[in-house]
Amino acid sequence: MRAKTAILIAALAAVHLTLLCAGFIAPYDPATQNRELPYAPPTHLHFHDASGWHLRPFVYRWNIADDGYVEDKSHSFPVHLIVKGSSYKFLGIFETTCHLFGVDPPASIAVFGADGFGRDEFSRVIYGGQISVAAGIAATMIALLAGALFGMIAGYYGSWTDQSLMAGTELFLSLPWLYFLLGVRAFLPLHLSPVRTFFLLTCVIGLVGWARPARLVRGIVLSARTRNHVLAARSFGASDLHVIREHIMPEVLGVLMTQATLLIPRYIAAEVTLSFFGLGVNEPVASWGNMLSALQQYSVLVSYAWLLTPAVALVITSVIYALLADVVQSRLEFSQPGN
Amino acid sequence: MRYLGRTLLHAILLLAGVSILCFLFTEMAPGSFFDELRLNPQVSPETISALRSRYGLDQPLIVRYGRWVRSAARADFGYSIAYNAPVAPLLWGRAKNTLLLTTTGMLLTWLISVSLGVWLAARRGRMLDQAFRIASSFVISIPEVVIAVALLAIVVRWRLLPMSAGPLNGEGISFWNHLRDLAIRMLLPVTILVFVESAIIVRHVRASVLEVLGTPFVQAAHSFGISRARVLFRFVLPAAASPAIALFGFSLAGLVSGSLLIEVVCGWPGLGPLILEATLSRDFYLVIGGIMLSALFMVGGNLIADVMLLAADPRIRTGALDAR
Repeated sequence: MRAKTAILIAALAAVHLTLLCAGFIAPYDPATQNRELPYAPPTHLHFHDASGWHLRPFVYRWNIADDGYVEDKSHSFPVHLIVKGSSYKFLGIFETTCHLFGVDPPASIAVFGADGFGRDEFSRVIYGGQISVAAGIAATMIALLAGALFGMIAGYYGSWTDQSLMAGTELFLSLPWLYFLLGVRAFLPLHLSPVRTFFLLTCVIGLVGWARPARLVRGIVLSARTRNHVLAARSFGASDLHVIREHIMPEVLGVLMTQATLLIPRYIAAEVTLSFFGLGVNEPVASWGNMLSALQQYSVLVSYAWLLTPAVALVITSVIYALLADVVQSRLEFSQPGN
Repeated sequence: MRYLGRTLLHAILLLAGVSILCFLFTEMAPGSFFDELRLNPQVSPETISALRSRYGLDQPLIVRYGRWVRSAARADFGYSIAYNAPVAPLLWGRAKNTLLLTTTGMLLTWLISVSLGVWLAARRGRMLDQAFRIASSFVISIPEVVIAVALLAIVVRWRLLPMSAGPLNGEGISFWNHLRDLAIRMLLPVTILVFVESAIIVRHVRASVLEVLGTPFVQAAHSFGISRARVLFRFVLPAAASPAIALFGFSLAGLVSGSLLIEVVCGWPGLGPLILEATLSRDFYLVIGGIMLSALFMVGGNLIADVMLLAADPRIRTGALDAR
């Protein structure tokens, strides 16, 4: 159990670290186009040529033939670690040109192939993951903050506050979330700068999802309010704020944790779905959703399997979060006073 | 009966709340259908404001809402600007296709889920049960959009499905050909639907059957020498039905809204693509109509589930579960 938790947390950290250091790990800028190589397949890594085996892998350039791309075997380009490339801001702070790996121009290395504009799919998957995962996490934060706030108010003050807030949650829960998401998105401007779209998107996803955490938190607060130690604290004259902070918050936090592990992958998927529909983050900024939307054309879907890599990345992230949710949930049940 | 009346009133209030919420959001919306026209230098601002007033978009929120309620009472549910027609017939034409898809999917899902769930519960802990548990938790954690795109990719890439070219409404072809054509068209979206939904429902069915299997009265029945099959079908299944019925209500609730993504991905001419287009062209009344229709099914599905639970489970009628 403990080993499983450790592995999961390590995997989660690895995914997020990769996305955080996107500029370093991605060999190219996600928006740089290479119009001469549209839909170039993944670059093959070679270890063997006419002169024998090599320890350092090398790649060939693509030549355009009648029936697609063929490797130009006349020149080999070795793959180097830590190379100079396009400039970017590491962690968004200091500017550098250092990349994890790369090859000398004029060759290029596209581990996951290239998209229709010849942009490196690998770089786009990593940069796009930044957007998608950040949107998921931010939206979850919004939903949990709003949910916890309203849930605590409803549970703690009871009476008409509780009733009106719970009527509100019921309203939001009775809405089919994807339709509602589309609807709310319909009421926002379509063409915005990517940054504003990102913020609006996370706000919309988060605000649509506040109802369920609010209900859960309310339930906990209701049951906590009648516990003996809370009653005792109040009879000693503890203020509302003190009781909430000292006695109710710790219990609420556990539930918020499980909710976070459940909601983050759902909201990443929500962002991906909206962007897939063309309602989310717009080109040229990459997100897993708008990368996948290229696959809505059957011809692309049939011919270029490597364009499914954002889906693979999304699946990996979702599965890690789902497994983590299981672990967190079983731990929480174990530590609950009732059991 | 009083319980029923109260739930019904509740449902109506809920729907009213949804519509008010929708209008509040339109009020906050900065854009409108005529935004694109504004970019066109040949269209004067006067024309746009005339158009706006013609469709009543320049009225205050309360007036618009009042008009919409009146039009809803006439069963029009507003006027679509893009299609230049009342919303309700537009929605209904598409909703028929959606319902065809989702009811087929739902029937298949439940047929598969119940039998598989009961079967897995009866042989719990064995290899197959374990394998299914892992597989289903994997499927559940994958986002629907990925499942849809991946299955589509598989089907299209290896040409697993014959292409159908017949008209969707079946004009000019014989009934059987039309049926065959429809089945081919529906195969992929229905498969995706069943795949996504049954992974969840099988788990619930299995869990609730398992829970009943562990109770003392079932053990007693076994010890009386009643055959395993008879215990399972005569005693366990009725007792395990309640959670499944509640879940069935959710299935009903999702009849209109559950397939939006799948319809768009597979190009099924249901409500999904219509609402997506309306969203993109900012045709507010159509969007609101779509939300209202899906909310109607949502609320209605839950209502039916309540009624069915009331009929199926005597414990709810007597309030025994609340007292516990």
